[in-house]
Amino acid sequence: MATTFRLNDQPITLEDDAGGETPLLWAIREIAGLTGTKFGCGRSLCGACTVHLDGRAIRSCVTPLRSVRGRSVHTVESLSPDRSHPLQRAWLAENVPQCGYCQSGQLMSAAALLARNASPTDAEIDIAMTGNICRCGTYQRIRRAIHRAAADLREGRS
Amino acid sequence: MTTPAPKRPRVTRRRFLKASAVGGGALALAFVVGPMVGRYRRRRDMRATAEATGEFHPNAWLVIHPDNRIVFTLDRVEMGQGTMTSHPMLIAEELEVDPTVIEVELAVADRRYDHPEFGLQITGGSSSVRTSWGVLRHAGAVAREMLRTAAAEVWEVPLSECLATNGTIEHVPSGRTQTYGALTRQAAEQPIPEPELKPAEEHTVIGTAMDRVDAPMKVDGSGVFGIDVVRPGLLNAVLIRPPVQDARVASFDVGEAKSRPGVRDVVRMPGGVAVVADRYWQARAAVADVTVEWEGGRTTLDTGIMSEELRRLTAEPGKTVREDGDVDGVLAAASGDYLESAYDLPHLAHAPMEPQNSTAHVEGDRCEVWAPTQAPGVAREEIAAMLGLARDHVVVHTTLLGGGFGRRLVADYALEAAQLSKLIAAPVKITWSREDDMCHSMYRPQVRHLLRAVLDPAGTPVAWQHRIAAPSLLEAIVPSWLPAMTPDGTPGAMNRGLSNVAGGVFRGDWIADPTSTEGASDTPYAIPNLRVELARHDPGVPVGFWRSVGHSHTAFAVESFIDELAVAAGRDPFAFRRALLHDAPRNLGVLKAAAAAAGWGEPLPAGRFRGIAQHFSFESYVSQVVELSVEAQRVRVHRVVCAVDCGRVINPDIVRAQMESGIVFGLGAALKQRISYAGGHVEQSNFHDFEMLRMNEMPTIEVVIVPSTADPTGVGEPGVPPIAPAVANAIAAATGRRIRTLPIEPSLVA
Repeated sequence: MATTFRLNDQPITLEDDAGGETPLLWAIREIAGLTGTKFGCGRSLCGACTVHLDGRAIRSCVTPLRSVRGRSVHTVESLSPDRSHPLQRAWLAENVPQCGYCQSGQLMSAAALLARNASPTDAEIDIAMTGNICRCGTYQRIRRAIHRAAADLREGRS
Repeated sequence: MTTPAPKRPRVTRRRFLKASAVGGGALALAFVVGPMVGRYRRRRDMRATAEATGEFHPNAWLVIHPDNRIVFTLDRVEMGQGTMTSHPMLIAEELEVDPTVIEVELAVADRRYDHPEFGLQITGGSSSVRTSWGVLRHAGAVAREMLRTAAAEVWEVPLSECLATNGTIEHVPSGRTQTYGALTRQAAEQPIPEPELKPAEEHTVIGTAMDRVDAPMKVDGSGVFGIDVVRPGLLNAVLIRPPVQDARVASFDVGEAKSRPGVRDVVRMPGGVAVVADRYWQARAAVADVTVEWEGGRTTLDTGIMSEELRRLTAEPGKTVREDGDVDGVLAAASGDYLESAYDLPHLAHAPMEPQNSTAHVEGDRCEVWAPTQAPGVAREEIAAMLGLARDHVVVHTTLLGGGFGRRLVADYALEAAQLSKLIAAPVKITWSREDDMCHSMYRPQVRHLLRAVLDPAGTPVAWQHRIAAPSLLEAIVPSWLPAMTPDGTPGAMNRGLSNVAGGVFRGDWIADPTSTEGASDTPYAIPNLRVELARHDPGVPVGFWRSVGHSHTAFAVESFIDELAVAAGRDPFAFRRALLHDAPRNLGVLKAAAAAAGWGEPLPAGRFRGIAQHFSFESYVSQVVELSVEAQRVRVHRVVCAVDCGRVINPDIVRAQMESGIVFGLGAALKQRISYAGGHVEQSNFHDFEMLRMNEMPTIEVVIVPSTADPTGVGEPGVPPIAPAVANAIAAATGRRIRTLPIEPSLVA
């Protein structure tokens, strides 16, 4: 089945030969060829596969491809062409990544948070980020980086 | 003071059965003659390279191109611990270049990159900086000296007037300069010098918080992990694995699987039934159509039975691994007036975020593999032996690792990909599900500790008996590693024989496995009568190295029991430890540093309590102070203060990051994690029943680095061991209830 939607602001039609039941994660990785979005659990438990659907953070591993027809999907590759998104800059400034495998998902959850809340509190960061597991334990740096990016955005350094 | 240059390894020097610290104390059977061969290239090879390409390629790590590009081959994998940053820093310091201009490539499996202590190419044991510290600075210094000598020759000036700085050689009196790239051909002609290394006071790179080299590729999705590998014509496979440990395929019915779109084949292979398709999801979806009948397997594996067996083993004396004074005499004289506690720790999975996977392509008598592995040397040897190929016909590329934590010291995922590629005669990637990873790991073993101690009337411990019941990790892993340690060309039969002998050493209980007692047998507390015993437990569960290995359980037992003794003696737990560490200055140093930074002894907000622990592992000293509260049986850790002494620091931000990481890893295990068996199968399957610490549970972590001029030591693992006992000790302070079983179930707390 062919599913047409917008992926990182470009119209795209993906043919999944599974009646549109292929998870968006695998359609993005294997059919569209964008491998920044990661597979971690397959059951919406870890957040490694987080992408934006019409601006909201969702778990692409449990989202059937057909359900995004006509909608807009953004992956980590769309944050910026040159790592200049305030969150990417903050992630680099805080040296957040260790193994790095979960960080695409962490960044997309954080980006969805900042898009609707320019000054998140620690409690709001907890709510937005608790679905994303980091086995290397970079949470403290992620929290600092989100605050840093939010401050940059507020002060117009974006 | 000048640091003496490490001697270049001499090929003729034999290294006999050397007990060293793999994962903190494994026995590395390193009797290898040849692994160092070729690390430094011969002059005629250097000249040939320079003539052909213009490159200066003096050793196994470094290539300087005529266009001034400097390419460093990293021989220790990057799994988050920071080798892509720390190792170029070591080279840059002596090469006199800006470390940020160095391009880092990941080494393939090659004997030149064998771990200098373990004798095979692996990344583990928190040893990458410790063992590369001398080697890489030396490699950088050799190249720098050859470039200086080349410039002196070209300019016909004294060598002493030529200064290497920031990628150029300057003739100081005349001010002439030449970039390294312009000197590559002449440098390749120079004899290999024995350079002196800079004294630490002159370091400009080492000790700085250089940004992580691998961070950019990890914030834009461009980093290539094993799961991201793409090759021309690559097929994707899923392996249907047995529900019960070691069960075999009796029969299988492919049903409609082969008629599904994209599905190429359904084949039986060792370990299960593989569904092969063009894409991963096609294979995964087709699994539902395949019915497999299983037979045999260890259906009796049961955690309750294992717990009983461990209790039985600790009720009797084990094999003595340390004996000071007369423990039995003091215990007998105490006539029952001693303290006794037992501690139980569960099986644990590593659960790295990237599920296991590997890509392989077998073509004729050659095999090429791409794997996120800590053990490329092992993967190469095992694949060569399995497929009957020459070792140098197997090429193993390592990718970024989405976490390792010891799980990827075993190369099972790479072997199965190679096996399947040969079976189906096509390049193929096998990707494990999270359930596959959780249920088919090499777990941190289930372990029981029994401790007894006698306090004198002043409350000072005078006797300490520590009995451990645990499986042998080395029995499982040494036989698989040994063939990768022997010289190239060693007959397969000899390798198999050596493996059998090595396994038998531990199976026969001739040697007490040091990875089961590390952290207990070397306890730094000054107690005159002290015995540590080990009883080997063999329940048939696959076990392996789990971040901090034996220390992950011994620290919990030792640091919990010492706390119990402090309470029994009516003493402050910090002061009690301090008094017993008079012969252990670096343990004492971190203990005091953590206590001071945490404000030990100062008042806390109502409902908050502190616990402390200290532990030595991987040559580093770490102490942690936890602040927590207990509300409605729920433990909430608010703050962790961590002091670390890891010798000289290469990159302080990476040291801090590794302490933060170890603490979170250890906290998750202490508060939540347990792998259990029933009827031969693992009862947990994914992150809902093997839970991780998450953002909302994250404490504030403060790291204090204790200054040291000792050589650098490990940081990847030493942050893990003290956290569980520090938490348990704080809970005891909060509730009066002593936690002796992990994980900390709510029912244990209130």
